[in-house]
Amino acid sequence: MDRTLPQPTPETQHFWDGCKVGELRLQRCTACRESYFPPRPFCPACGSRAVEIYPASGKATLYSFVINHRPRPDMGAEPHSIAVVALAEGPRMMTNIVGCPQTPEALQLDMPLEVTFETFGAIALPFFKPAGA
Amino acid sequence: MKPRSIAVVGAAETTRLGRIPDMSVIGLHADAALNALADAGLTAKDIDGVATAGESPVAIAHYLGITPTWADGTAVGGCSFMLHVRHAAAAINEGLCKTVLITHGESGRSRVGSGGFGRAPSSLMGQFEMPFGVTSPPTMFTIPVMRYLKARGYTEEDLATVAVIQREWAALNPRASFKDPITVDDVLNSPMIAWPFRMLMCCLVTDGGGALILTSADRAKDFPQKPVYILGTGESVETPMVSQMEDFTSSRAFRVSGRKAFDEAGISPADVDHLMIYDAFAHLPLYGLEDLGFCKPGEAAGFIRDRNTAPGGVLPLNTNGGGLSYMHSGMYGMYALQESVRQMRGIAPAQAPGAKIAVSHGVGGMFAASGTVIFGNES
Ligand SMILES: [Zn+2]
Repeated sequence: MDRTLPQPTPETQHFWDGCKVGELRLQRCTACRESYFPPRPFCPACGSRAVEIYPASGKATLYSFVINHRPRPDMGAEPHSIAVVALAEGPRMMTNIVGCPQTPEALQLDMPLEVTFETFGAIALPFFKPAGA
Repeated sequence: MKPRSIAVVGAAETTRLGRIPDMSVIGLHADAALNALADAGLTAKDIDGVATAGESPVAIAHYLGITPTWADGTAVGGCSFMLHVRHAAAAINEGLCKTVLITHGESGRSRVGSGGFGRAPSSLMGQFEMPFGVTSPPTMFTIPVMRYLKARGYTEEDLATVAVIQREWAALNPRASFKDPITVDDVLNSPMIAWPFRMLMCCLVTDGGGALILTSADRAKDFPQKPVYILGTGESVETPMVSQMEDFTSSRAFRVSGRKAFDEAGISPADVDHLMIYDAFAHLPLYGLEDLGFCKPGEAAGFIRDRNTAPGGVLPLNTNGGGLSYMHSGMYGMYALQESVRQMRGIAPAQAPGAKIAVSHGVGGMFAASGTVIFGNES
């Protein structure tokens, strides 16, 4: 079964284009310098439309997660993590933690992570793996 | 709103709860509505305001034969009915209508005449949450919990204890879906759904409905039932994406809604005799106790473990058995309200003796929205 994929909109196209070329793109406000996610063409902190797109470091820490024991058909048969990571730049985002066992022992809160991308047809999804792994 | 200016004069659930494969969603709305009208000694012709979620208020008004001068289709998830109560109170006080019917019906288990769970792939959830395998509430509502447990020093056993004590309440309620006693070990050994959540930490999925009828307090004594007055109300919304909530250890919507309701009622948590906190999952009563000010952050698990919210405790909580053991159709807020009204009427199966003030606190979506209603039974 095909993976459930996002359908980009004009406001988010840059993010998904970035994933395809291996770049995690965030936005920040040029007025108040706030970085934010998910993408939108204005700053949620101050309302300014003067925002810019920049490549994030890809560094993050594990903020919270579950291990889904009843995966959706497109997610395979094995239990898998659904996580929220705290990006080094501040915003948090949902993802899957890959490159390590999908167990409470292997998935420790606050562990350092780095972004990795996996391509599914026209879309690349940003996943995170243990840093240095 | 002015406290005690509005009263609940009709309240009922569907005739049956649980598995009702012979009724559609709108049929469940209507069954509950007819029961509430009978409870209030009214007919549909006496209703001039309609509010509902899950169905359109247009569909409900037409199906029941109501010609409203006010309609509210606020749909922010399971707490929508708390918001309807709040909006109806304002509408009646403003003279937009006199007698409001709020309905809920949901074929959560049998799925008769109901839509599926899904998000457009172009929505923010569709783009930034669905691709990572979230399925439904058990993998979404639970996302903040690992962070919460670590921040508070709570354990899996603390989550399990919430379910165990609510089952004690359910045992006292003949209409509860699950009445057999359970232990912390039973909960921890029940099938893993989404670690750390086991099946018995997750709500039921059942069919049912409920309805309320509200009018101005000066008319309330003309109705057959003991009036239940509204002392205060609150509402708020935060984010449709659980991954983007401001603080994983506290719901902003809970805090804002609760504060508003308590301020309006002019009471503090110490004045509350009976409490309902929408429990789609076992962590919600913990967040609710903290965010409404009943417990300091970090003290809610101990408060429950020490049996303060159990039968015989100082703060009876989720006395119908809650979403974990009583019933949960999908938008459970209506059943929390119904139990609050029963407690204020003094007719609940597990009645809190002498209760005078009851709080019903709801959540919508995955910490996306919140509504709070404070009831009293003295005019
Ligand atoms: Zn800004």
